[in-house]
Amino acid sequence: MSDENTPVDEATGNLPAQSDEIRVVGERRGMFGVRGTGDTSGYGGLVKPTILPGLAQRPYGGWFDEVVDALEERLRSTDLEPALEGVVIHRGELTLHVRREDLAFVAQMLRDDEKLRFEFCSGVSGVHYPEDTGRELHAVYHLLSMTHNRRVRLEVTAPDSDPHVPSVVSIYPTADWHERETWDMFGIVFDGHPALTRILMPDDWPGHPQRKDYPLGGIPVEYKGGQVPPPDQRRSYN
Amino acid sequence: MTSTNQDSQDFYAASGETSEGQVFTVTGQDWDSISQGVADSHEERIVVNMGPQHPSTHGVLRLILELDGETVTEARCGIGYLHTGIEKNMEYRSWVQGTTFVTRMDYLAPLFNEATYVLGVERLLGIDDSIPEKAQVMRVLLMELNRISSHLVAVATGGMEIGALTVMTIGFRERELVLDLFELITGLRMNHAFIRPGGVAQDLPPGALDEIRDFIALMKKRLPEYADLCNANPIFKRRLEGVGHLDLAGCMALGLTGPVLRSTGYAWDLRKTQPYSGYEDYDFEVQTWDTSDSYGRFRIRLNEMWESLKIVEQCADRLAGLEGAPVMIGDNKIAWPSQLAIGSDGMGNSLDHIRHIMGESMEALIHHFKLVTEGFRVPAGQAYAAIEGPRGELGAHVVSDGGTRPFRVHFRDPSFTNLQATSVMAEGGMIADVIVAIASIDPVMGGVDR
Repeated sequence: MSDENTPVDEATGNLPAQSDEIRVVGERRGMFGVRGTGDTSGYGGLVKPTILPGLAQRPYGGWFDEVVDALEERLRSTDLEPALEGVVIHRGELTLHVRREDLAFVAQMLRDDEKLRFEFCSGVSGVHYPEDTGRELHAVYHLLSMTHNRRVRLEVTAPDSDPHVPSVVSIYPTADWHERETWDMFGIVFDGHPALTRILMPDDWPGHPQRKDYPLGGIPVEYKGGQVPPPDQRRSYN
Repeated sequence: MTSTNQDSQDFYAASGETSEGQVFTVTGQDWDSISQGVADSHEERIVVNMGPQHPSTHGVLRLILELDGETVTEARCGIGYLHTGIEKNMEYRSWVQGTTFVTRMDYLAPLFNEATYVLGVERLLGIDDSIPEKAQVMRVLLMELNRISSHLVAVATGGMEIGALTVMTIGFRERELVLDLFELITGLRMNHAFIRPGGVAQDLPPGALDEIRDFIALMKKRLPEYADLCNANPIFKRRLEGVGHLDLAGCMALGLTGPVLRSTGYAWDLRKTQPYSGYEDYDFEVQTWDTSDSYGRFRIRLNEMWESLKIVEQCADRLAGLEGAPVMIGDNKIAWPSQLAIGSDGMGNSLDHIRHIMGESMEALIHHFKLVTEGFRVPAGQAYAAIEGPRGELGAHVVSDGGTRPFRVHFRDPSFTNLQATSVMAEGGMIADVIVAIASIDPVMGGVDR
């Protein structure tokens, strides 16, 4: 396994970018998922933070600069510069962190600007980082420019207390079912979606199963009320 | 056949009156009473609930069709009947165990599911460039064989749904040959979990290349049968031509990929445009058609089977020169420690490896134990790997928090996305054409619902 700062993509010739900011989204304790007095392993004192790849510095290398330049130019002309919160380059993939209220606008720019032309949206994926305080819910969009043969990832965040993200269905109609799935699984409300209903789970299902705090069921076994604990409470490597 | 969701009414109950109109429950051989009932009620608008259990809806797809006579005025899909929580389950298994889940999503394209997941994991690990050549070639070989078997089912079920039963029987006959090859190479006909992070699970068994060559020779004889049966068949053409029309702008807006996109004449194929697993080294053509309809998609699938056969042939030639080459990455911190072989007792085992870890090296035993029970860690970050599945862009969004298990894996399944086009393709057409339009999308509900 190589180290954290090697986003060199041989195929596109992108240069490694420097990371300065550390994004900690949680920490790992111990080795075997045991907490409290049950831990006799001696490893319970280990604490390791979960650090996501940090923000990249210019030059990003390859076509990454062209894309970010073109987008920033459009944002400058509309006084929306803060819309682009940061750029992350990791494993040869470009991630644009976008302020959530400007998501629809940025998506429109990315789709329509002739230097960008990300005309194809691969879909929306939710991620729940319960320890990323104030930005627990992430909605991740993968866009593809067939014109320029490039991919970019848009990421917006919303706090658990206000799980609202603007819908991009009016820009990418394909996001319709994907946003419904993300609502279904994570409880992210996509404002402006034409009919935000559950799609995979039954209509009357309580809760949003892909959230990390969703309660998992244990399995009762036929021995004096014994129970196999839910998977997130079992003893396991972590 | 309208139904309402009222507390007082059991919607599984028999026919009866509701506030929305009369409800008919179709049980078979009762068409007369229903058509008479509809005629008596003088209703112009009929809502037909089709599925989720219906032989023509490719598994558990539910269609809600609003009809005016025989014309569909509104078509909606109900999905989720096959949701099994695969993405959630994977978060409680190691990275390698994840392959056993993903292979079960789109059950007609198991090796594509594995490949896209594994490519995502490998990118996060930063080992994309160190996958051995033989593993790459075997992946391509298996994927292209899988494309053939998947397209065969698409053609076969599509034929069955319009009454061409011979197309169905010969389609499944040939698919069986592909599954036999899978059984020989991976040990299983479906649910292989064969493509693993770092390579593939096993080397080719002895005699596999001969079997593959026999298969290629046989398919070259059999594939023209589909063309002879269908291509110029007037019934077939009149059922398919102009049905399920969706142009390039529609495909772009609704995110359709695969044969549907290529039937508009746009040669977008990730194997060519964004090659992975060494696809740039193979000689094949991207198949397109220019009619944007079901017939074009059928012809594309037929032609793609020929192209896949070409690739399989090239893979077989390359594999002949790679005998004994490694099929798993050299990095012992990632590679599965043992290469199992089927012994005389029919069980998978590796006597050399057991001798090594039990008799020779304590460290090797510890290493084996750690890697098999704990698994490897994947550096924190996220990656999106996309490949050209038989139905279009199959993507995996893989997120790691640096642990031994996936933090989140999301699949962009082409069936899920393409199914959104149902209403656009079906509305305004005849009810009989709905089936043809959906068959031309070729959705697999295992992939749609995951």
